[in-house]
Amino acid sequence: MTSVLQHPGYDEEKLRRVTEQTPCREAQTGLLLSLMGQPQQYSYPSIFVYGHRASGKSHVMQVLLKELELPHATISCVECVSNALLFEKMLLSLFGCEAASLLPRTPSLSDFVRVYRHQCVDSPATQTRYIVMEKAELLRDADVNLLPALLRLQELVDDNLTVILLSEITWDKFRPNTGCYEPLVLHFPDYSKGDLQQILSRDSHPSYSADFYSSYINILLGVFYSVCRDLRELHHLAALNFSKFCEPLAEGKVKESDTHKLWRNIEPHLKKAMQTVYLREVSSLQWEQMQQMEEKEAGALKGLSAHTHVELPYYSKFLLIAAYLASYNPARTDKRFFLKHHGKIKKTNFLKKNEKTSNHLLGPKPFPLDRLLAVFYSVVDSRVAPSASIFSQISSLVTLQLLTQVSHDDQLDAPKYKCAVSLDFISAISRTVNFDIVKYLYDFL
Amino acid sequence: MSTSSVSKGCFVFKPTAKKKRSLTLEDYFTDGCEDAENSDVRFQLCQHLWDRIKTDTEILQDELNRNVLDSLLDLTRKCSSTRQHGDWASKMRASEIPTAALVLGVNVPDHDMTFQSLSELLQQSVTPYVASVQAKECGTLKHLMKRVLERLTGAVVVVDDEEEEEEAEQLHKSAHCSLGTLCDWYDAKTKKSSTGTPGKKRTSPAKDEQQQPPVVIIFKDLEAFNPRVLQNFILICSLYVQRLPLMFIFGIATSPSTVQHMLPHSVSSLLCIQLFQSLSCTQHLATVIDKLILTHNFPFKLSGRVMQVLISIFLYHDFSVRNFIKGIQLALLEHFHSQPLSVLCCKKKEARLNLMQLSHANVERVRKLPSFKRYVEKQEQQEQVNLLQDDGHLKEVCQKLMKDLHKYHKNYYPVLRCLHTLTSTLPRYPLGKQIRELHLICLEKNVWENEDYQSAMKLLKMLAKDELIALLQRCAENLQTVKSKKMNAAFVQLEELLAKFKQLDTAAAAVETVPTVVESITSPVKNLQKKTDLFQLQKTLLEMNESLRSKKRSPFEVLRNEALEFIDGLVRSHLSPPESQTLNEVCYFSSSATVRRHLNATPRTSIQSALSSPYYYIQNDNLKTEDGSVSNAAPDICIAYKLHLECGRLINLYDWLEAYATVVSAAEGKDQESDEFGKVDEVKHARFIRAVSELEFLGFIKSTKQKTDHVARLTWGGC
Repeated sequence: MTSVLQHPGYDEEKLRRVTEQTPCREAQTGLLLSLMGQPQQYSYPSIFVYGHRASGKSHVMQVLLKELELPHATISCVECVSNALLFEKMLLSLFGCEAASLLPRTPSLSDFVRVYRHQCVDSPATQTRYIVMEKAELLRDADVNLLPALLRLQELVDDNLTVILLSEITWDKFRPNTGCYEPLVLHFPDYSKGDLQQILSRDSHPSYSADFYSSYINILLGVFYSVCRDLRELHHLAALNFSKFCEPLAEGKVKESDTHKLWRNIEPHLKKAMQTVYLREVSSLQWEQMQQMEEKEAGALKGLSAHTHVELPYYSKFLLIAAYLASYNPARTDKRFFLKHHGKIKKTNFLKKNEKTSNHLLGPKPFPLDRLLAVFYSVVDSRVAPSASIFSQISSLVTLQLLTQVSHDDQLDAPKYKCAVSLDFISAISRTVNFDIVKYLYDFL
Repeated sequence: MSTSSVSKGCFVFKPTAKKKRSLTLEDYFTDGCEDAENSDVRFQLCQHLWDRIKTDTEILQDELNRNVLDSLLDLTRKCSSTRQHGDWASKMRASEIPTAALVLGVNVPDHDMTFQSLSELLQQSVTPYVASVQAKECGTLKHLMKRVLERLTGAVVVVDDEEEEEEAEQLHKSAHCSLGTLCDWYDAKTKKSSTGTPGKKRTSPAKDEQQQPPVVIIFKDLEAFNPRVLQNFILICSLYVQRLPLMFIFGIATSPSTVQHMLPHSVSSLLCIQLFQSLSCTQHLATVIDKLILTHNFPFKLSGRVMQVLISIFLYHDFSVRNFIKGIQLALLEHFHSQPLSVLCCKKKEARLNLMQLSHANVERVRKLPSFKRYVEKQEQQEQVNLLQDDGHLKEVCQKLMKDLHKYHKNYYPVLRCLHTLTSTLPRYPLGKQIRELHLICLEKNVWENEDYQSAMKLLKMLAKDELIALLQRCAENLQTVKSKKMNAAFVQLEELLAKFKQLDTAAAAVETVPTVVESITSPVKNLQKKTDLFQLQKTLLEMNESLRSKKRSPFEVLRNEALEFIDGLVRSHLSPPESQTLNEVCYFSSSATVRRHLNATPRTSIQSALSSPYYYIQNDNLKTEDGSVSNAAPDICIAYKLHLECGRLINLYDWLEAYATVVSAAEGKDQESDEFGKVDEVKHARFIRAVSELEFLGFIKSTKQKTDHVARLTWGGC
């Protein structure tokens, strides 16, 4: 077993509990503890912790601060849509709600510092206070002065305070142009296979033995470790497939120790899960239903991306086709496709330098409304009155995200659009109206 | 204040100071109505019919959505119950937010009703905490959060006492809305209700379940949401999902894969998405048409043209059943508004009463109806005179005619359904796949004269026995439900035919004549297997062909022809188009142009027709010209427009001004020979500039940098 953390100034019992709850992160916890020092000692003003998703950053921080009973505020930056919310939460968790109510309606940073200093007079820090900012990468989009100020908040408020930033990206991407106080950077490496095995084995099913569950995890990791190392995803997969794993046991066919037979039973299911569940194409609920009715009609459930068919009104289909043509054909070639007596224009001498690459590789190009309508009227076979509903269909295609408006919403004169559907989608649509779209695409000439 | 013109524009009537009292619906109806005297009766009838249509369609919609909604409700119930079970599997999955992806189709206007009933159902049976949000009110995360909080807490304020009101006020007072506050509110709410019941404190687990009702958030139009906002919102929600039993419902208009387009894996892995598919809108339309139009219960009918317009708007433009019903409403209003004889368009008894009270003017109107004229012409001399002179006699005859019309409708629809059941499974659908297509054919002209009908009949004559029997049985079911003498007789006859078919079966089994015939045909085939000579093959095939042709028709074929002739007879006697019926104008609304003008507006065409023929809009006789040209007294913009049509893609402004000045001088009646004629003075210059800028505003021209003093034309064609 790993050694228990030791640090002067903290209760050993508490430290033992911390060690227990943070498996495979002993080195990081120890480093953090030594950075934090004894409770009453001043700590480093700001610490920057980074590592991939599900590498235990928040968990370690939470456990440390909770178990050692240190005063702290944990704030998720996604949630704080405004600075006001951020400051309020900080004050609320450090000093209680009276302090938070002292803030003016739209507080500035200096308001926050003032209130904090004011509170500090009443309750000076006996221990280091901690502010943990989760998903700190979002701070880059906040006010320019917020991140530099947080990094040297200790200095600003003149209190024993440490700000800990947690992020999935490196500090290099944070550094503002104007320069700032450099925090201490701490990296959380990914878990190794053994670590994952150890962590996942912890939440074993109450009605089965721990060894049994651990052997299950072993099998699971054997299948999935090559494609996925995300702890959360693996955890999800483990939870989903466990009931299937236990099935032969419940039927009494196999004993708990007969790993080979269990493996033979579960392996095809895991393989199937790798195709669908990993990307959450099929939700866990559906997956369970599928497993239940498997014998009867397997494969009846399709993933989300399998449903791509969209039913559209007749003219909307043609509008979409026209938009696709306008997006992927150069405007010069419209004459070639839509005029009756266009003359013979060969592709070779028609090409410009930049058009030699496929337009489909370059993506859709914007086109003005007039061009869309001109193409539309030459594509649609019957005479269509330019009625209001034709125009409103264009805007409903925009809300359905089949077209995107490139110009600003306010621009009423000559708006520009892009077509946002794939070639497969548009071919399916044009097939329903008997329109051969490939014949009209410049790339396939 | 008449505004009828070739194309409707937008007219502003400044209200006169005298009319201060607010007008009721009825006043609007009576105002400008044809023949005001019985307008109140017509208004009542119209109102009554519309109410019926409205309630019927609502019930229909509820029925159609029931399946989807029920399974949705089940899901929410399940969510709230598994959350409290706390077994291993659900604990492992606790961080997932249950989500229902409801695919509703592209007819976005129809979704409102579905969501309305959904949230009502949820509130009634599962949870009081339902908030639905729309994309346009949630541009940013802050707004979205605010809306959700408002809907959730505000809705409760309305229901409960003053106590909560204070609470809610506090909530709104605090500057920031966060899910944290919502959690606190939810905790307070649920705790209060649990301690609020005195004596019993959490005695049964069943009660426990009720104390944790889920919080449902409905995103009505997922596609329109800003993906960033949605992602962040879901991330925040996942932080609180342990404290707050959240659940999402996504309304999706296109396809479920949009969820993946909008949300990255890190976000979508927080959701546990379940897919629900609602009924397609074409099926919905089919049921609405079936219930509202293909029934004799509604006296008001649409003519073929109007139906065509409404259906093509549906299929070509919007896929919206709600708009289709609005179209029917428009037709209904227009019919009762413009046709004084629509007093007779109601139930049999009321119609009889109204007929008796018809005024002389209206009786004259009856005489002028084309269908009635045709009827009169067929009568004898004396009867003709009577009909044209004696009001009382006419009313009596009309009563009979109305009765006939009712009977016609009563027989028409069952026979239509029969014909449809027979033809809808034929290869290549000669008479249409949907019953509405067949209905349209029948409304237009005599269906039996149609070529497609003949070919359908030919195909039917080739049907196999079991297929034919199955179809006929379904026809019989259709006829059985109708209470009408003729239909009952037809039903009896059909049953007899079916019985004969069955007898044929038993007879064949008893006598065993069929096998011998088959044997004679199949035996050469057996021989074929031995010989592979081509010449022999040809010979035997020819022999087989001849033997088949010369063979007498089997009893089944005779019977089949008999059955089809019977059907044909039914069709000929009952499916004649309504125009052939006397007094059909009372029930049928036929002005398709009105409907099209109102529902499928063409703004560009209206502007162009206004500019090229200002007479219709200004109603000034001086402006009337014969050859389609614009008179030189027309408004400046019309003259400028007319002149610009004669130009090419680029217009020289100075030439244009000269031409304009010439036309206007002619209008002023100046002498063509004088020096002044066609000269540009300041006033004319100013008028011209104004006209040009108006044309620019309307989008006919725009300034260009290609050539100085030129403007570019934005429209094609011209004279």
